[in-house]
Amino acid sequence: MEKIINITLKVWRQRGPKEKGKFETYPLSGVSTDSSFLEMLDMLNEELVNKGQEPVVFDHDCREGICGMCSLYINGHPHGPDEDVTTCQLHMRKFKDGETITIEPWRSAGFPVIRDLMVDRTAFDKIMQAGGYVSVNTGGIPDANAIPISKVDADEAMDSASCIGCGACVAACKNASAMLFVSAKVSQFALLPQGRVEGARRAKAMVAAMDELGFGNCTNTGACEAECPKNISISNIARLNREYLCAKLAD
Amino acid sequence: MTKIDSKIPQGPLAEKWSYYKSHQKLVNPSNKRRLDVIVVGTGLAGGSAAASLGELGFNVLNFCIQDSPRRAHSIAAQGGINASKNYQNDGDSVYRLFYDTIKGGDYRAREANVHRLAEVSGSIIDQCVAQGVPFAREYGGLLDNRSFGGAQVSRTFYAKGQTGQQLLLGAYSALSRQVGKGAVKLYTRYEMLDVVIVDGRARGIIARNLVTGKIERFAAHAVVIATGGYGNAFFLSTNAMGSNGSAAIQAYKKGAYFANPCYAQIHPTCIPVHGENQSKLTLMSESLRNDGRIWVPKKKEDAEAIRAGKKKPTDLKEDERDYYLERRYPAFGNLVPRDVASRAAKERCDAGFGVGATGLAVYLDFSAAIERLGQKTVEARYGNLFQMYEKIVDDNPYATPMMIYPAIHYTMGGVWVDYELQTSIPGLFAIGEANFSDHGANRLGASALMQGLADGYFVLPYTIQNYLADQITVPRFSTSLPEFETAEKEIKDRIAKLMSIKGTRSVDSLHKQLGLVMWDFVGMGRNKAGLETAIAKIKEVKKEFWSNVRIPGSGDDLNIELEKALRVADFIEIGYLMATDALHREESCGGHFREEYQTEEGEALRQDDKFSYVGCWKFNGEGKEPELLKEELVYEAIKVQQRNYKA
Ligand SMILES: Cc1cc2nc3c(=O)[nH]c(=O)nc-3n(C[C@H](O)[C@H](O)[C@H](O)COP(=O)(O)OP(=O)(O)OC[C@H]3O[C@@H](n4cnc5c(N)ncnc54)[C@H](O)[C@@H]3O)c2cc1C
Ligand code: SF4
Ligand code: FES
Repeated sequence: MEKIINITLKVWRQRGPKEKGKFETYPLSGVSTDSSFLEMLDMLNEELVNKGQEPVVFDHDCREGICGMCSLYINGHPHGPDEDVTTCQLHMRKFKDGETITIEPWRSAGFPVIRDLMVDRTAFDKIMQAGGYVSVNTGGIPDANAIPISKVDADEAMDSASCIGCGACVAACKNASAMLFVSAKVSQFALLPQGRVEGARRAKAMVAAMDELGFGNCTNTGACEAECPKNISISNIARLNREYLCAKLAD
Repeated sequence: MTKIDSKIPQGPLAEKWSYYKSHQKLVNPSNKRRLDVIVVGTGLAGGSAAASLGELGFNVLNFCIQDSPRRAHSIAAQGGINASKNYQNDGDSVYRLFYDTIKGGDYRAREANVHRLAEVSGSIIDQCVAQGVPFAREYGGLLDNRSFGGAQVSRTFYAKGQTGQQLLLGAYSALSRQVGKGAVKLYTRYEMLDVVIVDGRARGIIARNLVTGKIERFAAHAVVIATGGYGNAFFLSTNAMGSNGSAAIQAYKKGAYFANPCYAQIHPTCIPVHGENQSKLTLMSESLRNDGRIWVPKKKEDAEAIRAGKKKPTDLKEDERDYYLERRYPAFGNLVPRDVASRAAKERCDAGFGVGATGLAVYLDFSAAIERLGQKTVEARYGNLFQMYEKIVDDNPYATPMMIYPAIHYTMGGVWVDYELQTSIPGLFAIGEANFSDHGANRLGASALMQGLADGYFVLPYTIQNYLADQITVPRFSTSLPEFETAEKEIKDRIAKLMSIKGTRSVDSLHKQLGLVMWDFVGMGRNKAGLETAIAKIKEVKKEFWSNVRIPGSGDDLNIELEKALRVADFIEIGYLMATDALHREESCGGHFREEYQTEEGEALRQDDKFSYVGCWKFNGEGKEPELLKEELVYEAIKVQQRNYKA
């Protein structure tokens, strides 16, 4: 049932990547527990704008958990305290009346802060550009049913392909490693005959790009899997390690 | 009067596209590198076009608002993509897909374009599979299909409830490959603010770097708009927060026609509105109608008891439920097209049979499917949608029926384009949802993804060459030309004006005000008096916006309020065009329902003798009424009929 709660927000505010940030405290009252977390932030911003102050900057777009644009480190968890959801799918019914909620940006060398809670994740695009594709051009392609693919493999590839590129795995990792993200893409393609062809090249290229862009090593803490809103499994990392090792051995 | 030439190639319908391709001009490989193409948008249409043009060897500049091309709103499409592969051997064919699309669009689409769309649909699936898109498969290893509203065959390919995501990631991968090779240069967190015309041709754009606030100029031999739909004119819609119609309005103000603005699609299966602070509506994929049954209580007392929380839906026995779609449309049942399903839900709720706290909801019930197929199968088909519903509504749809209500979802109208997808401005092309498209007055489910990818992979990369072939001797442009100078100055003045208002209303509050006018008067049921009211009210919103909006911060810096304000200013113009177009179109067709024009049974009544044309609106200057031009629709292959989903 809908309830109305009053909360206190501690929000990280930072003008730019090189400037020093700090927490600002804002009380917010009259929040419906049926609102989403971002609707609650809209309320805060509406109040700030009405006072002539600059609103809190945060990334968001689809607001239904699929575009990967929203981020936020809420009370110490990427995408907040609820399981298997992104910040935009988080609802205020997960919070208590009178609670203080701390909101920070992703913190990682790979994702510099742009403003307040907005960070720069172009490093993920760069990793993709290094090898996150099957090298086919448009047109001149055999019929889609020419190569049967076992349903088990197709379904598993689909699970890996569900990654939304949000970066929560990096934010959750004490080494700021991007292994879960990279391994999900490598696995998706490795499981399909179309992607298998250049599997070795892809694994090496994507891992090399990840290292170059300043992401850390994976020490198997499993924090990424626990915080991933899309349930991407760390078994993908194991598969990436195998792929990578085989590729290196073949060299 | 300006004559509208849609440049439909000669020959019988089924041979037009082949004829075009074998006679069009091409650009030879060494010349391609000297030609620059700007593609604005990285969704299914823009992403696939930019990748394909890059592969061909053109020098491509690709823009998007989000921080990554992968986040374009296409990512949110759930249900699937149509193609006439006939893998199910259930009688599908290019002709049938063509026919269904024309019929679904209520005979308001251009035959030649739709036929081409159906022809290339199969190649899209081949392409995506080759890219590693993990479509759903059967145990034998072949691709699985589902059925979708408005069709009697199973021709929809899908990847769980995340088809748009997987297709977009496929296009994004292809795009990333070209970016890695240097063929495409990406400009993320950039927003196009104007198109630049030099000697009557589109020669570049003005864009704002959203991180620095800087206004920048970009020149090219051709410009492609792939910026998506304008459903957010309604404030609440299933579109993403950043979805907008600004590029279309910019093109319109530079002389491109805006076609059929009133054709907007209301989707029947969205999660109902919960309250005042709601920021967007969430779609529950139409594919749910395959296995879910839609009903409301048969008796008003039951509906009232449910609204008051005294009864639960599960308390009602089979014969106390009104499966109104199955009752009214026995042949198609729960799978009638979207406009029909939406209006039927509104009719029941308006008549007092609605459920939920507000009475603005109907049930979508899976108990029969769970009984027939088992919870496991239902979960495999729709698991992520059920999870999404539960997170938002806090209710378990496996146990109690879902509640749904229609919401604005897709805009069939858009920038007018000819057969080559070129607008009325030479060198300016529009693809995907941004153009007025192949869907006529109503789009069938799973056909937007098909159209976006058809445009981007298989149509534009050909047709744009017919234009560019004449441009090979044109040297690269300098952005210091006076036309760029002027365009930039106009944008800067507009921003300065907005920043100087310093009023008392937030951008969102004004956007909500506009949205309510649109929903109340330009929504599912429209009439003359209501549309006239809408036009008057939109003028008021415009006046209020330009005199009382408040935007904190600076215009030359990252400023999210300014970004929204620029978009809302354009939504006001779009709202005005939608209402004007809806008022002029004195008939009901597809997504445009004029209450004055309906059959005795409440079905849409077209006026083919008067309105069998594309309504193209031409900008006549600020403060002046737009001028209506008509592209007559000629049906050669299809006999125009009253749509009928009953038998
Ligand atoms: C929730 C939902 C579910 C859907 N499900 C289905 C389905 O199952 N099947 C189906 O066929 N269709 C579906 N649709 C419709 C379909 O998803 C869209 O019509 C289609 O994806 C639009 O693609 P697009 O490439 O034209 O535009 P979009 O994907 O919207 O991309 C627009 C691009 O333009 C950019 N852009 C916009 N304005 C500017 C600017 N001024 N400057 C720079 N860049 C700009 C954006 O950043 C973005 O990259 C669904 C739609 C919604 C909303
Ligand atoms: S693996 Fe999970 S947490 Fe990491 S980017 Fe993908 S979806 Fe986000
Ligand atoms: S806003 Fe798209 S995933 Fe949250």
